Amino acid sequence: MSTLLEIQGLHVEIPLSAGILKAVRNVSFSVVRGKTHALVGESGCGKSLTALAVMNLLPQSAIRCCERLSFDGQDLASTNERHMADIRGNKIAMIFQEPMTSLNPCYTIGNQMQEALLRHRRVTRKEALDRAVFLLEKVGITAAGSRLKQYPHQLSGGLRQRVMIAMGLMCGPPLIIADEPTTALDVTIQAQILSLLKGLQQEFDMGMILITHDLGIVARVADRVSVMYCGQVVETGDVTQIFENPLHPYTQGLMDCIPIPGKTQRGEHLGSIPGIVPTPIGDMTGCTFRNRCPFVSKACAESNVTLQEISAGRAYQCLLSPEVCAQNLRGGVAV
Amino acid sequence: MVEQAIGEIKEIEFPSPGQILRQRTLSHKGFMIGAIVLILILALALLAPVISPHDPYHQELSKRMINPIWHSDGTWEHPLGTDNLGRDYLSRLMYGARISLLIGVSAMVISGIIGIFLGVIAGYFGGRVDMFVSFLITTRLSMPVVLVALAVVALIGGSLNVIIWVLGLLIWDRFAVVMRSSTQQLRSIDYVNAAKAIGCSTTRILITEVIPNILNSLIVIATLEIAHAILLEAALSFLGMGVQPPLPSWGLMICEGKEFMLFSPWIITIPGVVLSLLILSINLMGDGIRDITAPEGRS
Amino acid sequence: MSDAVLQISDLNKIYMVSAGLFKGKRSLKAVNGVNLVLEKGSVLGLVGESGCGKSTVAKLILRLEGLTSGRISFDGQEMSSIPRKEVARRIQPVFQDPYASLNPRKPISSIISLPLRVHRVGDPKSWPHKVEEIMDIVGLPPRFRHSYPNQLSGGQRQRVAVARALIMRPEIVICDEPTSALDVSVQSQILNLLMDLRKDLGLTYIVISHDLAVVEHLASRVAVMYLGRIVEEAATEDLFKRPRHPYTQALLTSVLTPEPRLGLPETHLGTTYPNPIDPPQGCTFHPRCPKATELCQTTAPDPIVEAGRLVECHYPEALSD
Repeated sequence: MSTLLEIQGLHVEIPLSAGILKAVRNVSFSVVRGKTHALVGESGCGKSLTALAVMNLLPQSAIRCCERLSFDGQDLASTNERHMADIRGNKIAMIFQEPMTSLNPCYTIGNQMQEALLRHRRVTRKEALDRAVFLLEKVGITAAGSRLKQYPHQLSGGLRQRVMIAMGLMCGPPLIIADEPTTALDVTIQAQILSLLKGLQQEFDMGMILITHDLGIVARVADRVSVMYCGQVVETGDVTQIFENPLHPYTQGLMDCIPIPGKTQRGEHLGSIPGIVPTPIGDMTGCTFRNRCPFVSKACAESNVTLQEISAGRAYQCLLSPEVCAQNLRGGVAV
Repeated sequence: MVEQAIGEIKEIEFPSPGQILRQRTLSHKGFMIGAIVLILILALALLAPVISPHDPYHQELSKRMINPIWHSDGTWEHPLGTDNLGRDYLSRLMYGARISLLIGVSAMVISGIIGIFLGVIAGYFGGRVDMFVSFLITTRLSMPVVLVALAVVALIGGSLNVIIWVLGLLIWDRFAVVMRSSTQQLRSIDYVNAAKAIGCSTTRILITEVIPNILNSLIVIATLEIAHAILLEAALSFLGMGVQPPLPSWGLMICEGKEFMLFSPWIITIPGVVLSLLILSINLMGDGIRDITAPEGRS
Repeated sequence: MSDAVLQISDLNKIYMVSAGLFKGKRSLKAVNGVNLVLEKGSVLGLVGESGCGKSTVAKLILRLEGLTSGRISFDGQEMSSIPRKEVARRIQPVFQDPYASLNPRKPISSIISLPLRVHRVGDPKSWPHKVEEIMDIVGLPPRFRHSYPNQLSGGQRQRVAVARALIMRPEIVICDEPTSALDVSVQSQILNLLMDLRKDLGLTYIVISHDLAVVEHLASRVAVMYLGRIVEEAATEDLFKRPRHPYTQALLTSVLTPEPRLGLPETHLGTTYPNPIDPPQGCTFHPRCPKATELCQTTAPDPIVEAGRLVECHYPEALSD
């Protein structure tokens, strides 16, 4: 159970005309071989930017700085672009949301998969093709040989995503970053793709960072979870801890919002978090959730709240004590 | 809504589309340069009757071929000299600007009306209408514009009106093609569907929902077509098949000046330079408008 | 209470699409013999995945597209005999994408008041007041009257879309994926709003969604569509407690609720994907169905109606143990 990726104090800032956008603030987490770490949050929380920061694929104007960014013992923060290019695809594979735009429509599947391997290894085209066939069959695509000669537009969304996953595995990377891998897919295909990912992860002992806004996916797939809000990690823990005992008011609020067949009463109001996410530009003192929090107090605007660790691997960022948070969950304070 | 004074966070106000446009326009160098040059030329053209030193048609054969001011024997009475018929060159240049701009804008308006109408109905209705309009466009594209214009002028005779109408009826193709593809993209967008579901008539949808959203590409094409029309007129006049003398069209002035090219090069150079400046400024503006209205298109 | 406000019989919609270069046109049957009854004051949920035809049904009801064959009757009257403008006054849509459903060049007040201007309802002097009123009902601060869509958040834009739909007090509102493009916390705000408005204004909804949890929460009856046909229809509780069609069962199993100890479900569906241009013979679901037999490959099943439920399957799940 070795630590594959360790991130400490990651910051990403993007200068805009209205000021500096602090898109990612002080994010820390680690990923272990064979386990999935989920980054969950709504749009604009910085989860995708965090993944891009790890791979150093941020937009030109963005500034990244971190205390520690190490992958398999190697310090990624000081790695130059040439060596990063060697790592991408080879050691860290990324699977994106839209398989149609991630695959080049001008080349066959086989061509693109071969290229993924040939870029990083000295093998013959035939060997690369064999590996492509092997992986396509692993991801459940039948008649792999003929599929390799097809173009992306000839495949359905679910098949394309399987191809993306197979392509990601060509070099046998120890870490996969999956950014909303099933959002663009039908719900029946989604379950299949997620099972596939999980199975492959176990088989090849890979670490996975799963980025999503869907709490259902997180619950069923992840081992550890970091909940992000407005660029910060507001709560972190094992998946059962987060879902059965959420501490941060945002996490609790999110869980309340989701309709669950059989659990939430039909026709009754769902829980909701009033207001909208603030834009993280300018002065950032105090808790960024305070304008939407049902338990806000004067102190929330003044002090800088930091992530407090209450036990190994379990942390949250709120001025309220864990006992009060747990009480809030059990309906202690009306919203 | 929960709006407690305790928890309040200062909200960032997003600027309206108008404010964004103004800010981008003023900071775009190419657009501003083009706009300034164009405004200068426009001012010259509009104020020509007031500030031109002489009547551009007035011939004084005793004062033929006087050199411009930078020669040793130039005078301030004729800063740009006189041509072979003794007409003041500066005045002819100013009046020539009027002709170029008039032809450019009129031809653009005529071709614009034709092209926008055809393009929008082809893009919106699709099917047979699209097939028919595409056929018209293909036919028009297969015709060489200059040759057709030459033929028409040879038949009817050249004059300002003839040139404007011939050009206007010939250069609508770019409008049609671009408006067609822009409209196609908007045809099934949700706010058009919403307007249909509200019961808007097709005309109303086209005018209030579709056209305001294709204005960006429209304005760019319009500026480029002005330049296109001006250049075409200059070419036709140069060939003698455009505006007829004694009108001071810049193309005609270039034509008249080619006999004296070796001895009095200013006669052919000056209108050439001013023509290039005008086209350049229009193109800079058109390019700038494209950047301002759709900066996402730039890399 | 239970009178039908909308009755759809044998609705069909065929599109001609090009099958490829030089291959001419082929017919795509987007809606294939759909029968639906919408009762006044109820919420009908229409669920299915991409390509099932649910959005096309919405477009046909809204008269955005013409139907190929079939009948839609509105309050007993044949839809084609009702003038378009009257249909527009009584049936309104709320679309999925709050970024594409508002004209970016118009201010909010103009967007919301468009129906009033098109139908010339009442005194024009009263229109600004009506706009303010509806903005208040949907929870939009009045200062947004002069703002443009790009200045609002996704949830606020969706509220504008709802305001626009409701300003004429229609009878039926068709919500096509009303919350799919919104964040979770905003989604629940909009769903609560829709529920309140239905009660307060006495509306009837058709909610189209691929998200079964949302449909289960809102709808009183649910119809499941697959490749243009309704394969199962029942009251919500019945459908969710005891789905009879294998596709419905797979859909329900695929819903990932936030319960970490349950792991990932096995849908038993295989990897064939449905192609609407070239649908399979017999029962269109048979290539993916775990229960498929030879009968399913050759003969399309007839709809079975019992106990207020409809199912189209040769081997449906029993009604009770």
